[in-house]
Amino acid sequence: MTTLLAILVLGCMALVFGAILGFASVKFHVEGDPLAEQVDAILPQTQCGQCGYPGCKPYAEAVANGEAINKCAPGGEDTIKKIADLMGVEPPPLDENHDTDNSPKVAFIIEEDCIGCTKCIQACPVDAILGTTKQMHTIIADECTGCDLCIDPCPVDCIIMIPIAKTPQNWQWDLNNIPVVQLD
Amino acid sequence: MTDYLLLLVSTVLVNNFVLVKFLGLCPFMGVSSRTETAIGMSFATTFVMTIASLLSYIVNTYILTPLGLEYLTTMMFILVIAVVVQFTEMVVHKTSANLYRLLGIFLPLITTNCAVLGVALLNIYEQHNFLESIVYGFGAAVGFSLVLIMFSAMREKLANADIPKPFKGSAIAMITAGLMSLAFMGFTGLVKL
Repeated sequence: MTTLLAILVLGCMALVFGAILGFASVKFHVEGDPLAEQVDAILPQTQCGQCGYPGCKPYAEAVANGEAINKCAPGGEDTIKKIADLMGVEPPPLDENHDTDNSPKVAFIIEEDCIGCTKCIQACPVDAILGTTKQMHTIIADECTGCDLCIDPCPVDCIIMIPIAKTPQNWQWDLNNIPVVQLD
Repeated sequence: MTDYLLLLVSTVLVNNFVLVKFLGLCPFMGVSSRTETAIGMSFATTFVMTIASLLSYIVNTYILTPLGLEYLTTMMFILVIAVVVQFTEMVVHKTSANLYRLLGIFLPLITTNCAVLGVALLNIYEQHNFLESIVYGFGAAVGFSLVLIMFSAMREKLANADIPKPFKGSAIAMITAGLMSLAFMGFTGLVKL
């Protein structure tokens, strides 16, 4: 009799606790991987693929699963440091395969050299190149993210990267980006 | 009121769970290499310990004792603790992804933190009432947190210190823990219950 009672009591308690946990798992359900989303928010969203992944989102997911955090060339040191802070690790130097210069650039097609092969159009991840077969191509500078993926496919090397000079027009004026703290 | 305060002080300092009763040593050594992780672990453990001691008191007083099933306490308390830990894990996963990743395997391991089960069982042996159980559980957790955070701060300093080769790593950590335990013996006799 006592044995039955013990089994019954333990069983009932287990059932109650199971119900609580079941409710909690629905209530506190986590959509996707929140860490990947936080990393994705830090990445510069150039979708350039220089990290070896097809875009920023897949790279963010890979980082969340333990991929090296130093593969984002457009983001440079700043992005690595931010991801390192988020992940709680020491910031490693930028992957040595990449250029350390991460100043903003824009691609430019030397139009007299262009033969109209459309290979750069296929490579561009953001559709910033205008042109068609055997017609001269050009770059929509406002759309270009400076990822330099169009350089390699060009058979006549007519694409160059031009650094964007800082002017009062493209300077970021929003001072509130810098956290200003009043010290006592 | 004074009794509860004395109980709190005595659990935090005099009868510290880690350094005097030697309970919960696994997370004490395991999570103390970074202060940030140690603080996260402290909060999780404090929450789990307080809730677990509360729930285990209720379960023991209103279910096990009336039915004469006191011999089931250990089993039942493990069940209670497991549920509280799982629940905490879900909440932490939802609210702080970074803390969840930092705590990693240690969060589920609170289930097997003997200090949590120790608090629940000691509450029964020392015949604490409802409020005393909560204070005791909270005090034990605060004591654990205090020691864990102090220890992790010391280990962060030790990581940069010039330590002789044979003492590097775990060895110096063990020695530090031993010295801390000696220091906490100094509190003996501070509170007489």
